[in-house]
Amino acid sequence: MSLWSKHAILERNSIILVIGVLIVIAIGGLVEIVPLFYLKNTIEAVSGVRPYTPLELAGRNIYVREGCYNCHSQMIRALRDEVERYGHYSLAAESMYDRPFQWGSKRTGPDLARVGGKYSDDWHRDHLRRPSSVVPSTVMPAYPWLEKTELDFANIGRDLKTQATLGVPYTSEMIEHAAADIAVQATPDHPDADALAKRYPKAQARDFDGNPSRITEADALIAYLQMLGTQVDFKLYDDKANIR
Amino acid sequence: MSSAKLPAKYMTLGEGGTALALAALAFLSLIVAARAYTPEYAFHAYLFAAGSAAAVILIVNHYFERPATPTPLMIDGKPNYNMAPVKFATIASVVWGIAGFTIGLIIALQLAFPAFNFDLPWISFGRLRPLHTSAVIFAFGGNVLIATSMYVVQRTSRARLAGEIAPWFVVLGYNFFIVIAGTGYLLGITQSKEYAEPEWYADLWLTVVWVVYLLVYLGTLMRRTEPHIYVANWFYLAFILTIAVLHLGNNAAVPVSLFSPKSYILWSGVQDAMVQWWYGHNAVGFFLTAGFLGIMYYFIPKRAERPVYSYRLSIIHFWALIFLYIWAGPHHLHYTALPDWAQTLGMTFSIMLWMPSWGGMINGVMTLSGAWDKLRTDPVLRMMVVSVAFYGMSTFEGPLMSIKAVNSLSHYTDWTIGHVHSGALGWVAYISFGAIYSLVPWLWNRQLYSLKLVNWHFWVSTIGIVLYISAMWVSGILQGLMWRAYTSLGFLEYSFVETVEAMHPFYVIRAMGGALFVAGALLMAWNIWKTIGTAEEAQPAVGRPAGAVATAA
Repeated sequence: MSLWSKHAILERNSIILVIGVLIVIAIGGLVEIVPLFYLKNTIEAVSGVRPYTPLELAGRNIYVREGCYNCHSQMIRALRDEVERYGHYSLAAESMYDRPFQWGSKRTGPDLARVGGKYSDDWHRDHLRRPSSVVPSTVMPAYPWLEKTELDFANIGRDLKTQATLGVPYTSEMIEHAAADIAVQATPDHPDADALAKRYPKAQARDFDGNPSRITEADALIAYLQMLGTQVDFKLYDDKANIR
Repeated sequence: MSSAKLPAKYMTLGEGGTALALAALAFLSLIVAARAYTPEYAFHAYLFAAGSAAAVILIVNHYFERPATPTPLMIDGKPNYNMAPVKFATIASVVWGIAGFTIGLIIALQLAFPAFNFDLPWISFGRLRPLHTSAVIFAFGGNVLIATSMYVVQRTSRARLAGEIAPWFVVLGYNFFIVIAGTGYLLGITQSKEYAEPEWYADLWLTVVWVVYLLVYLGTLMRRTEPHIYVANWFYLAFILTIAVLHLGNNAAVPVSLFSPKSYILWSGVQDAMVQWWYGHNAVGFFLTAGFLGIMYYFIPKRAERPVYSYRLSIIHFWALIFLYIWAGPHHLHYTALPDWAQTLGMTFSIMLWMPSWGGMINGVMTLSGAWDKLRTDPVLRMMVVSVAFYGMSTFEGPLMSIKAVNSLSHYTDWTIGHVHSGALGWVAYISFGAIYSLVPWLWNRQLYSLKLVNWHFWVSTIGIVLYISAMWVSGILQGLMWRAYTSLGFLEYSFVETVEAMHPFYVIRAMGGALFVAGALLMAWNIWKTIGTAEEAQPAVGRPAGAVATAA
């Protein structure tokens, strides 16, 4: 009886009610979120994961802009059918440079976490231009404007710089060469290709959209799609290494 | 204006300060517009400049037109309620509701027939889907919450809304945020975090609006002439506070430049996923649940003319609900790279959440004790009671789907979409419709134009909901089963695109359900239009002296 009447204190004082609510709603979030920043086994160390090249980052930003995440996940769950359909289950380290994350919540289309290298550049270009030309019963919208739109990368260095302030290991050299690196990666046999590969190991450099004369949004998006899930070499990856 | 003999008139701090701040914002926006990296961002900067300039003119005009003495808080011992901002938000909710439902119908058609994308960037599915979710949750739902909360806090506190400029700043500023967010999606400005897609500058603007909303709400509570804060206000307050916390946490981003719409979030990968679904699930828990429970606790007792079933149950309901909801986010990340301990916590608390949810449902439905006959005669009350029943159904389904074994099938499929819509259409929209049908006659001193039309609205949209959610249940479970089906030789039985083909009939049925729901909402809009426009004035509502309805600004 008496405890119920104590509730009147909260009902009569709006500020005490506010404080009470804030305390009660803080607990769950603190317990679930804060440890993820200091428990070491949240993101296990995996070799091969590197920050995105400027071209891949530009492509990723187009992926975000067009809302691809609304229909495509990038998170292979540790379930038998998913591993057999899409490849090795996704590791936390593989999205450690993803700001924001693109795990998605719906698969109207298939998972894309390991789509890199599965299809040719030509396939991707045709698919973006008119999806039904390669997958007749698809429900995916067409994106014909991507290969017609020049990629705007004048300020891409600022994107890298911003990410560097947030802790992504972009060096000042990478930031300085950011815009130039886009041209290097989108051009076949560019003289600076070695420097690019040194900055970004395993970066694939070529003309992605089938039109070498221009660097388009399709170049960037396909470069991004072709690297997805290719950074970790699962022939060498030891899934027991991090068990403790 | 011809005020030669009146006392000297001074601009209040609120008027002057707001006008100055908005003038500065207009100036800053023009600079940003001139130097913006992209034309889309320049367009938004011009919108900010135009909006701020218009607001300055409105404030100055209001200053010249108002009397020199401040608006009285009481007239003849009765509160001088400020209902004009409530009226604006009520109308806005009807307009945005129809827009949001219609966009939902369009994207449903796009999934059934991809030709509806028309190969145009601005209306392709990936850009329209966030427009749909934001339009229904934040534009429709948000305006309903702002309207009802500002109404309920005044009536249950027996006090005039705090501030004169501030309530208008909240209502107009919030709707301006909606315009920025919505046009941004169409132009490709998004940070891709579900239900938090607007970019940094829209988020900053919303933060300012939301803080003022909290201050108006608290200020009104502090003015109350009733000793106790009524239960509906607890829920509204928890909604306003928690949404503020979630918004700040999930949108902590650093812009690339003042002149760029692009920003990068502080959190990355797995941490960002956790923060996002901490936000995402509590947008459900606090925006779409706690706020609308505030509506339930005021409008159902009022409409049924019965007291809330159990005061103690409402105390337990409130504290248990807000404590448990916050934990539920990780159930969106089962079997992912999120650590197992977090997944298990999320599942456990999601299951526990079933209890306060049903406690609230019981409290709402049992409020009809002694007034069950009204379900036959009052379709508005019936709509609200059915909404609570839908609430009970989807808060049972939610914990079920949060169980990892169930989630392994349901996640990534249409089952989730079906679940969301049984909550969104059945619970959120129906309790909102009930509140709008109640609020409009009370606000405008009219009789509702037609109860028969309400009845039609109820049945047309109920059939729509049933079509929608059953189609999504079948398609979701079917697709989940097809993805994991194996042949006798141990190979995956279906290619991905075969599962897409199997969805087609259900996508068509879903679109039909959506069309019925839009049709029902149009009936409501017509009914509201006729109520405000043509019906006769009823007897003044109790507690509201005739002519005391303030029409500030």
